[in-house]
Amino acid sequence: MSKIAVSFTLNGRKVEVEVEPRRTLADVIRDDCGLTGTHTGCEHGVCGACTIIVNGQTVRSCLMFGAQAEGAEIRTVESLSAGDTLHPLQEAFVQHHGLQCGFCTPGFLMLACGTLEANPQMDEEEMRDILSSNLCRCTGYENILKAVKDGAERMRGEP
Amino acid sequence: MNHRPQPIIGQSLTRLEDPPLVRGKGRFAADVNFPHQLHMRVVRSPVAHGRLRGVNVEAALQLKGVVAVWTAQDVADLSPIDYREGRIEKLEPYRQPVLARDFVRYVGEPVAVVFAVDAYVAEDGADLVELDIETLQPITDAEQAVGEFAPGLSTEAAIVTQGFGDVEGAFASAHAVVSLDLQVGRHSGVPLETRGAIGRYDAARDVLELHGAAKVPHKNRESLARMLGRTTTTLHLYEYHVGGGFGIRGEIYPEDILVLVAALRLERPVKWIEDRREHMMCANQSRHQRHYVSAAVDREGRLLAIKNEFFHDQGAYPRTHALRIAETTCGILPGPYHVGAYSALGHYRLTNKTPCATYRAPGRYETNFVRERLLDAIAHKLGISRVDVRRVNLIKKEEMPYERPLSVLEDDVSYDSGDYEGLLDKSLQAIGWDELQASLKERRANGEIVGAGLALFIEKSGLGPTDGAHVNVDTNGVVEVITGGASVGQGFETVIGQVCADILGADYRKVRVVHGQTDRIEFGIGAHASRATVMTANAVAAAAAKVRAKALDMASELLQTPAADLEIEKGVIFRRDAPSGPTITLGAVANALRPMAKTRGPREPGLCSDGWFDSEHQVYPYGNQLAVVKIDPRSGAVTVERYLIAYDVGRAINPMLVRGQILGGFAQGLGGALYEEFLYDDNGEPLSVTFADYLMPTMAEVPPVEVLLCEDAPSPRNPLGIKGAGESGIAPVGAAIASAVEDALQSYGVVRQLPLTPQRIKAILDGFKS
Repeated sequence: MSKIAVSFTLNGRKVEVEVEPRRTLADVIRDDCGLTGTHTGCEHGVCGACTIIVNGQTVRSCLMFGAQAEGAEIRTVESLSAGDTLHPLQEAFVQHHGLQCGFCTPGFLMLACGTLEANPQMDEEEMRDILSSNLCRCTGYENILKAVKDGAERMRGEP
Repeated sequence: MNHRPQPIIGQSLTRLEDPPLVRGKGRFAADVNFPHQLHMRVVRSPVAHGRLRGVNVEAALQLKGVVAVWTAQDVADLSPIDYREGRIEKLEPYRQPVLARDFVRYVGEPVAVVFAVDAYVAEDGADLVELDIETLQPITDAEQAVGEFAPGLSTEAAIVTQGFGDVEGAFASAHAVVSLDLQVGRHSGVPLETRGAIGRYDAARDVLELHGAAKVPHKNRESLARMLGRTTTTLHLYEYHVGGGFGIRGEIYPEDILVLVAALRLERPVKWIEDRREHMMCANQSRHQRHYVSAAVDREGRLLAIKNEFFHDQGAYPRTHALRIAETTCGILPGPYHVGAYSALGHYRLTNKTPCATYRAPGRYETNFVRERLLDAIAHKLGISRVDVRRVNLIKKEEMPYERPLSVLEDDVSYDSGDYEGLLDKSLQAIGWDELQASLKERRANGEIVGAGLALFIEKSGLGPTDGAHVNVDTNGVVEVITGGASVGQGFETVIGQVCADILGADYRKVRVVHGQTDRIEFGIGAHASRATVMTANAVAAAAAKVRAKALDMASELLQTPAADLEIEKGVIFRRDAPSGPTITLGAVANALRPMAKTRGPREPGLCSDGWFDSEHQVYPYGNQLAVVKIDPRSGAVTVERYLIAYDVGRAINPMLVRGQILGGFAQGLGGALYEEFLYDDNGEPLSVTFADYLMPTMAEVPPVEVLLCEDAPSPRNPLGIKGAGESGIAPVGAAIASAVEDALQSYGVVRQLPLTPQRIKAILDGFKS
């Protein structure tokens, strides 16, 4: 199958790849760009483990083709921390035991990050509604909600 | 004033595992890649039962990028998949072949495999493989007439029985008899990470490697070595991050063997990553039993006898656990109660569905539902309260250890410790049971369909017999703990790190825990049946205590102080009565013990030691779960308003993690109680193959849970006093929700089947009208 050239910005860096048109964005990020923090749990848009931020919107990267990313600004879980300094949401997930196996965690982090950046004052009901779009099989969600609530406060600069 | 170190066991410390995982730097199976690797795609049976007449691979072989295509003929020399515990003569002929030969027995059964340079191309190749299958009548119900698996072999592969006492006599003289027909649906662990296996053969070292292992790498190494005719020293398994285990991940499946054999024969690394649809058709499923159970009781509701006949729908093949779940079902059903006499008879039946094996709390999720339904029915029949009927039957604290002539996992049942009634009182008080009954009654009078339920249970954990560990301190004071345990996301590294740091006196953040690497340690018990903490942590404690003694002995000479006067905290050794006096670090002691160090004297080199822990019996944690539910009369949907989980874990190494296990297990249990079910049509076609059909709870469905974590009954069977926690959250959820739903409906004997989907509840409600 013939390949097409695609260029986009991934975590602040310009990337140019040649991909088959049928290749999902998740696979392009994982295999062609080597960033394996974006996980694929169902490949049909239900579980949300592959959630990333594209042009400021939270997106399921298994439902986008790599070819559709031309010119896009993409952020993945690898962009959250700066050196040893964790993002407030990452800190809160550690603090509140918001992860067990950690497979769904990048998706939850990016989902929370993208929606909180757009709406920093989200209340608990909105959070529950948004976060219920991703699946976790380990935690029972209570600690994820706690972590996102705390992370949101930290993102707003509250103690 | 003597300084006492802060204990580390018992602290809710943040996990050692988390830093790479929150950064997206974990390594799950799909993240493992080797240069020059091939990708494998499995061609699966599209029919539930059929005669395999031929497989045409020509078109697939013509596709650019396809390197090889195999069918059963290409792996005719391979043994079928073995049982984990070795040879079981009666079940030998029922074992699953690596690729289907002559017959296909479930939708999804591997029939051929395609190896290609790219995963997309492998999938294209698989689409080109043509199967010629003559469809046969499938068996889709474990209760229908038994069929023929092969000439002379019945689809009732085994009958399991256990029991004791004069059951018939008890029934003949009983005050009352209660009988129920109860069903538990087909559920599974469904971890968020699908299965994956990467085979690699390193000819330079003559070592065959399986990457992406989980759960029981050492036991699987033994099985794989036996099947492949290799010695275990040239076969290694590597576990990295595992995206959820729940019993189903890490068993040996056909794909594990295929990537290994392909790596050898094709002389290239071979990677296989399952997709979600495959997972829902091919990974082990579980539960799925129907019980016909009766109890004979006296006037006060005492259980004079229980008689149970059940049908275990095993699916197409026995898989690695053989009869274990059916056996456990027999052995654990009586739970925390006295039972005068008991008989269990299980029909282990093969059907043309996905094979079954263990899923978190196997045999207990089912029997807790059965037994607790029975207790509710007895209460109703005798007109006594649901609490009183349980109270009158509970085994008392003074009777511990309590033995029963039954066995679970080939271990004679002997409950080690517990105050079942004490915990019941605590939980009733915590939820305000009596006031709750009054308020629910009032709400029902106002037309709401609301009710409360309870379930009592015991768990089993820590099956031995033995596990070992090695603890080593390097010259920088970093402690490496090498275990044969496994991590499936439960916090194994943290728990082991805390135990090691506490006993040795090390800095918890400087402990590195190795697990699931067969080339680092010869033996290992893995992570299954809630045994990792009980077995491996006690072995680590033994090793750490020896390293501590060694460190104190060396430090005593270096600090010119009797060892008995020294203490170790956060990796620093000091005089207990003079903490601000002279000190030496564990790293410096390790340096003084190097083979070439003069300071070492006649001591054995290295600041390291092995440790072992032997256990004679399992340990039995216990608990209660209480639920309050509300039913929507229009849709039949159940909403859980309140939920309380009381659990005695003996001793919690890290209470935050125990709580995490309980909450996570509860959510899975809720799925099995209300939403999750693998359904099949009459042709054996699976109907639940996506996350849109198999409904796992999201944050919207899981209610807040009150957890009452107790440490009133430490186990006398291990030095740390610990019991397992992994399966406590899930085990009685179906039982507690069913009890609450029946209370809400105020009609008895109607809640007989899990999951309690809106359709099933609606059918019950509609039944009332007509």
